[in-house]
Amino acid sequence: MPSAAPSASYLTSHSAILAFLLVVVGFVAVNLVLWKIIRPSRFSEEKLTTYECGENPTGSAWIQFNIRFYVFALLFIIFDVEAVFLLPWAVVFREIGPLAFLEGLVFIAILAIALAYVWRKGDLEWVRTEDRQV
Amino acid sequence: MTLQHYLLVSAALFALGVLGLLTRRNAVNVLMGIELILNSANLNLVAFSRYGTGNLEGQLFAVFVVVIAAAEVAVALAIVLTLYRLRRTPNLDEADILKG
Amino acid sequence: MNAEAAVFYVLAAITVGSAAVVVLARSLIYSAFALLFTFVGVAGLYLLLGADFLAATQLLIYVGGILVLLLFGVMLTHKLYDLDLRSEVTQFLPGVIVSIGLFAVLALTAWRTDWAGGDGRAPAATTREIGQLFMGRYLLPFEAASILLLVALMGAAMIVRRKRSA
Repeated sequence: MPSAAPSASYLTSHSAILAFLLVVVGFVAVNLVLWKIIRPSRFSEEKLTTYECGENPTGSAWIQFNIRFYVFALLFIIFDVEAVFLLPWAVVFREIGPLAFLEGLVFIAILAIALAYVWRKGDLEWVRTEDRQV
Repeated sequence: MTLQHYLLVSAALFALGVLGLLTRRNAVNVLMGIELILNSANLNLVAFSRYGTGNLEGQLFAVFVVVIAAAEVAVALAIVLTLYRLRRTPNLDEADILKG
Repeated sequence: MNAEAAVFYVLAAITVGSAAVVVLARSLIYSAFALLFTFVGVAGLYLLLGADFLAATQLLIYVGGILVLLLFGVMLTHKLYDLDLRSEVTQFLPGVIVSIGLFAVLALTAWRTDWAGGDGRAPAATTREIGQLFMGRYLLPFEAASILLLVALMGAAMIVRRKRSA
């Protein structure tokens, strides 16, 4: 199948990522394996406890999380996607001019409605107003 | 590398996603299968954009697929969490309250 | 074998291998973390295909967003203290048969079809072109995407909100 050859500069510029990846994986692997061989291995029960800055941990770290965290995760992913959309917008912003400003403004305004909605409905508050009154 | 290589990887991802969809009871795991399927579709779009017509539309569609995947996961997990609150189970086959 | 082919095979192996772990692992947490490698592998394949913006998008949204949300889903729907994170499997044999059949059909089609190939698109930086398409020809989908996000956020927030009477 005929296909245009990848331009050399594209692959070279991205091969830096590959180099970084190899260095990182190699660094971790070498250290883990090397110290595994060198270090003495003495087992004690205390070494198995969760590290809590020197304190003795109470309870397990494996608890079920509060469902209210989910709303924040939700907000995070929505605005994560917004950031991705605004990236190419910002790149061409200057060459398109006022029209691009307007288009981006509409995009952000629609998502601002979403933020206003969850704010108004009290989802952002940890202790809800209706819970407080009861 | 040719188009076929990428299509084969995409086919493998799709088949694995379908396998996860069919065999898992846990709703979160089923969602992971759906993500695999969406990724395989995206890989196809990008591969055709690279080796086929040569325009950027394929990549653009892939961006929209990613956005839809994000929205889908957000809503689907909300449903799963509500199901868990009501029935104390994340398993899909126990979500049968609508049965007559 | 040139460098591009080597990178492709390594990435393909990572992607498909970890996808298999996602589907077959006994524990939900293992599945979630294997999914990380699948997403990163697919991002690498995008990069190899010359879709650098899409690769960044994949890392930002899939690895940084969707995977975190899925982990939230795991954490929120399980009593983790008894470590009962096993994910049960049903109808395993029919599932395997269906998926192997699907793969055979898809792979055969992909391999034997004589795809009408154009010149293809040489990999080059894409962010600027994608921005121009967003601001020009694909403006309506661009704005519609924000409405989709708005609706998804409202709907999901409404579903998880505890009813006042409850």
